Amino acid sequence: MLALTDFLMLGAVLFSLSVAGVFLNRKNVIILLMCIELMLLAVNMNFIAFSHYHGDTAGQVFVFFILTVAAAEAAIGLAILVVLFRNRRTINVTDLDTLKG
Amino acid sequence: MTFELFVFYFFSIILVASALMVITRRNPVHSALFLVLAFFTSAAIWLLAEAEFLAIVLVLVYVGAVMVLFLFVVMMLDIDVATMRAGFVKHLPLALLVAVAMAVEIFLVVGSGTFSLERFPAPPSQVANYNNTEVLGGLLYTVYMYPFEVAAVILLVAIIAAIGLTMRKRPETKYQDPSKQVRVRKGDDRIRVVKMEAED
Repeated sequence: MLALTDFLMLGAVLFSLSVAGVFLNRKNVIILLMCIELMLLAVNMNFIAFSHYHGDTAGQVFVFFILTVAAAEAAIGLAILVVLFRNRRTINVTDLDTLKG
Repeated sequence: MTFELFVFYFFSIILVASALMVITRRNPVHSALFLVLAFFTSAAIWLLAEAEFLAIVLVLVYVGAVMVLFLFVVMMLDIDVATMRAGFVKHLPLALLVAVAMAVEIFLVVGSGTFSLERFPAPPSQVANYNNTEVLGGLLYTVYMYPFEVAAVILLVAIIAAIGLTMRKRPETKYQDPSKQVRVRKGDDRIRVVKMEAED
């Protein structure tokens, strides 16, 4: 039978992979955003697994809200990206040092 | 091995492989397409956990809207892939170290038997006329009413922010001004009589 551990391990693998993706593609903002989407997917996987094994639908409601916020975040992030590219002609993270951070 | 277990491992392998492709592909378009595959397979896995509504929402909202938006942006921007990839090999050991350390830590907690079948037995499958959408809707419109409204406001803010950020008036573009068109007077503005020599 499928155990809760299986779902949680899958979520852990997905989350670790996306963290590795943030490290690997630290210059490309688009892939960074995609890695964040993957992380949210891993977290949602855990929520749904716990909701299933706990017999409580509240976990699914939380996933619903996370999906909403993630969609809003993706829309605003990509809008910022488009404006950034329009002004600077680049989306390379290392070129974005106007604030001297 | 039961059929359920087989389906779970089958889709898990596809999911992990596509996640791996997302972070290693050279071309961002390929990454976006593999992310679409990842969302599809995780929707299938969510179906196994009896979250039918969220599975279809994941396909409709994520694959249908968010990933299309990603693909639009990736194809619209003219990205130099070669400079973007610089440092990929350099950061590989660090990325591997962090990812493996993180995975091992989570495995130690998660795989230690705390969440095993003995502690959390698999719940009985739902009855045939169980409606996941109805249950979620009932919760959303009663217990989680205010969070639901806040989510609506967040979406509104996202719409306004996205439009406000990307809308611009190009000074060189010629466009009509309807108020000027309406205010035109017949004698002075509309017709101009020009005197000129007759030509053959």
